Amino acid sequence: MITPIKPPPSRKRLTSASDRVFEIVILLLASIIVLVFLMSIYQLGKESLPALREFGWNFFTSRVWNPVTREFGAASMIAGTLVTSLIALAISVPLAIASALYVSEYAPKWLANPVSYLIELLAAVPSVVYGLWALFVIAPVLGKWQTSFFTDPDNMAALTRCNELWQSGHTSLQCFFVPSAAAGRGLALAIIILTVMILPYTASVARDVIRLVPQDQREAMYALGATKWEVVSRAILPYARAGIMGGVILALGRALGETLAVAMVIGDSQDILKSIWGNASTMASVIANQFGDAQESLHRSSVVTLGLSLFFLSVVVNYVARIIIARLTPKGIQ
Amino acid sequence: MSAVTRTMTHTATSTQLSPTRKARNLLMGALITLATLVVVAPLILIFFYLLKEGIGAMNADFFTKVPAPEGEKGGGMLNAILGSLEMLALASVIGVVVGVAGGIFLSEYPRHPLMPTIRMISDVLAGIPAIVMGLVAYGLVVLKFGFSGLAGALALGFLMIPIVVRTSEEVLKLVPQTVREAGLALGLPKWLVTLRIVLPAAAGGIITGIMLALARVAGEAAPLLFTAFGNSLVNTNPLKPMSALPLEIYRGATSAYDENQRMAKAGALLLILMIFATSLLARRFSRRK
Repeated sequence: MITPIKPPPSRKRLTSASDRVFEIVILLLASIIVLVFLMSIYQLGKESLPALREFGWNFFTSRVWNPVTREFGAASMIAGTLVTSLIALAISVPLAIASALYVSEYAPKWLANPVSYLIELLAAVPSVVYGLWALFVIAPVLGKWQTSFFTDPDNMAALTRCNELWQSGHTSLQCFFVPSAAAGRGLALAIIILTVMILPYTASVARDVIRLVPQDQREAMYALGATKWEVVSRAILPYARAGIMGGVILALGRALGETLAVAMVIGDSQDILKSIWGNASTMASVIANQFGDAQESLHRSSVVTLGLSLFFLSVVVNYVARIIIARLTPKGIQ
Repeated sequence: MSAVTRTMTHTATSTQLSPTRKARNLLMGALITLATLVVVAPLILIFFYLLKEGIGAMNADFFTKVPAPEGEKGGGMLNAILGSLEMLALASVIGVVVGVAGGIFLSEYPRHPLMPTIRMISDVLAGIPAIVMGLVAYGLVVLKFGFSGLAGALALGFLMIPIVVRTSEEVLKLVPQTVREAGLALGLPKWLVTLRIVLPAAAGGIITGIMLALARVAGEAAPLLFTAFGNSLVNTNPLKPMSALPLEIYRGATSAYDENQRMAKAGALLLILMIFATSLLARRFSRRK
């Protein structure tokens, strides 16, 4: 005896209704992502309003940051953020690309994976731990070098000259490299630690795109009698450049927002930077160092405005990175 | 046979490189290897520095006591360890539910009109600095309810979302379309196919993504500075200020007292070991899948 199968139409109706519910639930949960984004803009915008009303565009161009006189201008921190990020980027990009090439082209097979692992772990080290290491290990080394700098009478003469220049509110390229104290901390240490911190971002993106360069491309160059370096520089790097550029901009985004390691070593001075060895501050370091103590409402609002600027800066940088990767990348490399 | 020999001799004579090309090739190879050493060196230096300085302070007290008052000897990090674990657990609730749902939405409803917006915003969210998320959580929670572990967990959860979305979308897309079709052909509704067939098939990758997200936010101190705030006593109530390992490391490292610095180094060693173990485990896990 054959039992009749349950007729499908009723099930079909049930199915579409439950699918509809599921879709709505998933959509609602996914919309929380948009909500977080909009809420962030609203929160930061609302709290920035008093400072923006008070100072307008001057907030971004004025160099004075003085809680006592209630004057707040972010030019020094913006300069600090850009200088640290761009110099760190300039140092780290060649190193990152080299390490990506090593892992994908040069390393023997048994070494490639462990080295890849290590570079990825570099990205997993927390910011505070980098800061701690920089404070306890690199700062004393820099400090020792600075002390030896001051024992030379010629250098002392240079410092005296630069001090006069700095006092008059100017600086020169020469004086930019003259240390004014043997502290170890300062802009230079922040740049060193930022360089290390953003390396793995460029390196891992570069490694991934280099691996995606078609094997034919390499073989064609080798068949023409090219050396390994010629293959790398003429067949691989041009092919992977868009992807690598995306990785570079990703690293820039990280550098702009990197907070605690920089806050711990940069010296937290709101004056415009005069020497690469001097104290400075970045937008993120000022938020970390001052927000907790900012009792006065205009001060607090100014610190949040720094956060809002950082928010928009990172949105723009990340968006540009995505556009560049999408536009320039040959099909197959994303 | 002879043809092969002839080709080989031919190759041998034709690769007589000019000295400059040969030298450049060797030089660049050496530079690239050297640069890689420079890249990896900090990791090794940091690890051994923390091992040397921190291992001595990692005794029973470290795991069972709260920090000693400023300038006094002894004490531990029980408050920070418990606080970190609790905040990470709370953050995972937000990060995993929203993140996995976002991943399902992006991979299973690719033609939905909201899909490009949600994908773009989740990508953009990934680049927002952690400290800015701290400011947002401050405005949302702290202004109304005061410093609390919950505010810290909220900031960390927000930071987890984009990482989980990205990885779960990618692994869900790796599940073959034929598997979905097979489920639908059996008469299963789409939601059952998604929950009972597609999701389990991608579970390994999704768990990897969650672990990587946890490893990433476990070390964040910046967004906790003015949300969880820190607490020198053991506190498990999420509505009160709470400590966390990265916070104690920050306080210790910037403190003038040797004992606090020693604790910070031990805390950093513990944190780094936990993070490395999680990331390596996640990699292992994803590779086998």
